[in-house]
Amino acid sequence: MKKTLFDKVWDSHVVDSVENGPQILYIDKHLIHEVTSPQAFAELEQRNIPLFRPDQVVATADHNVPTLDQHLPIKDALSRNQVQQLTENCEKHGVTLYGLGHKYQGIVHVMAPELGITQPGMTMVCGDSHTSTHGAFGTIAFGIGTSQVAQVFASQCLLLSKPKKMRINVNGKLRKGVLPKDVILYVIAKLGTNSGTGYFAEYAGDVFENMSMEGRMTVCNMSIEMGARGGMIAPDETTFAYVKGKEFAPKGEEFEKKVAYWKTLKTDEGAAFDQEYSFDAEDIEPMVTYGTNPGMGIKINGQIPELDDISFEKSLQYMGFRKGESLLGKPINYVFIGSCTNSRIEDFRVAADYIKGKQKAANVNALIVPGSQQVARQIEEEGLRQVFEEAGFVLRQPGCSACLAMNDDKIPEGEYCVSTSNRNFEGRQGQGARTILASPLIAAATAVKGAIATPYEEEVAELV
Amino acid sequence: MEKFRTHTSKAIPLPIENIDTDQIIPARFLKATNKAGFGENLFRDWRYNKDGSLNSSFALNDPKYSGSILIAGNNFGCGSSREHAAWSLADYGLKVIVSSYFADIFKGNALNNGLLPVQVSPEYLKTLIDAVQSDPETQILVNLEEQFITLKGSDKKESFEIDAYKKLCLLNGYDDIDFLISKKDKIEEFEKELNTQI
Repeated sequence: MKKTLFDKVWDSHVVDSVENGPQILYIDKHLIHEVTSPQAFAELEQRNIPLFRPDQVVATADHNVPTLDQHLPIKDALSRNQVQQLTENCEKHGVTLYGLGHKYQGIVHVMAPELGITQPGMTMVCGDSHTSTHGAFGTIAFGIGTSQVAQVFASQCLLLSKPKKMRINVNGKLRKGVLPKDVILYVIAKLGTNSGTGYFAEYAGDVFENMSMEGRMTVCNMSIEMGARGGMIAPDETTFAYVKGKEFAPKGEEFEKKVAYWKTLKTDEGAAFDQEYSFDAEDIEPMVTYGTNPGMGIKINGQIPELDDISFEKSLQYMGFRKGESLLGKPINYVFIGSCTNSRIEDFRVAADYIKGKQKAANVNALIVPGSQQVARQIEEEGLRQVFEEAGFVLRQPGCSACLAMNDDKIPEGEYCVSTSNRNFEGRQGQGARTILASPLIAAATAVKGAIATPYEEEVAELV
Repeated sequence: MEKFRTHTSKAIPLPIENIDTDQIIPARFLKATNKAGFGENLFRDWRYNKDGSLNSSFALNDPKYSGSILIAGNNFGCGSSREHAAWSLADYGLKVIVSSYFADIFKGNALNNGLLPVQVSPEYLKTLIDAVQSDPETQILVNLEEQFITLKGSDKKESFEIDAYKKLCLLNGYDDIDFLISKKDKIEEFEKELNTQI
């Protein structure tokens, strides 16, 4: 039978099937963090169940950590306790932890790929919906709830019904200045926030084939924003080159053997999908969101649609926007470049290339938060820190930061923030904060102009 | 987990679409390390005004409405995987959420906590909302065993789908961990195969 990439990886991980019920899916790697794991550890302890495969679990502290003075004890008592509890749980159960101060610490979806923990053909889970990021490697990766974290702790498996399959094709050549973030915001705006519910997506076509691993991660990261549990891209030479030599990647002969297997992980010609969409790369322009879900996106020089719908109007009211309005030139006081969507070195290179020699506008607070300690070191080594600091941007230490504002990095009430993160929900970046999602390039241009802006064509000539 | 068979209650209408888990329980309340007490902050920023007083225009605060069934707009529970969303709804005292669509992760989390997500057609959702809004005393009956939901005392009834295994778990109060642990031999066998295969 002809199989999709998803079928190949899923079917090779099915331990057993329950009659008229779900399948038992084996999980290769389980990533955990401080916010969604404590209750799962408690569950194990209450039931006196040992952690089944501690070697297949990797932990980091990211959601609830400060991005300033990470060498000092965390000031907020609840946050300090949560991070401390992760440390204790990992010690007790023999789990590797890259906690604060560790050279590998970082946002879980930035750290695992750059260490080679994420590899093609694997099944991976984490108590975080953006686990879909790892699908960029041809991995079945998805977010789970805390009850499921406990299930994986106990058995290295999950009980799941096989999702349906959708394919999203984007072919052609992207316009200058259109980044992977714009591609996925465009797709979500076209399809809507629940178009992917019940599905696993595969992204196919030359646009994704020509994308870097960082770009592919940005795309797969936001699969959940259209409701899809995960999204995958078939592994190819770009993937193998990225994985090769990474800390925990297979080495030498073992690597070659793996590559031979990874090469088989492509959707067979003629394999069936339950749903298929195709888009033309030339139609995609830089995007911004105007509402309170990621599907409410428009081309940066477009207008807010005019819909008569209570939920739509509630959303515009929260954002303080009007139907038919254009967002270009709207004054913005906050810019955030970071999050598991856009905090990899490539994102900061794009931003720094644009910013170099410019100054942020006086009204703007511009926050740069690297995804990991490794990215932070690269920023330093490549001289990007100087670029950011000379332009008046604030460079912080790694963590999820203002993407979900669990720490002190909050956007004040009523303020707009052009953010490279993934969710523009009400209050996501702080109570009453108004989020406008965009690419790192639009975020950088907005910080410089002090208003929603798109770079002049000549400014992006050699960048992207 | 508590057993679930049938449930009858008045309902609270919340006809807003795409209610995400950040609205159900904002991230700043996720710092707890146990499961208890999240109900207090359920829909925090909709339920309370900025000064901490109750927002009287929000359905949960409207004295007209009460009950343990929440009727919400399309695509309920989208966004983050935080199970805290299901914990906060259950801790508040809700037993059933009705919507025309649920996000995947939320649905799984709800089922793992004995909170029943009932997916109905958009038309039936409207029927329920209209009925409750025009008469908040309306009783709604949810029968899991026979998989239907109805406005009590009327013939307006609709059947709903649920995974057969999950239904069995809810009816009997089972959860997945015990089942998975009972398969340990099979899982170990599978691990040996997986290692030689790839």
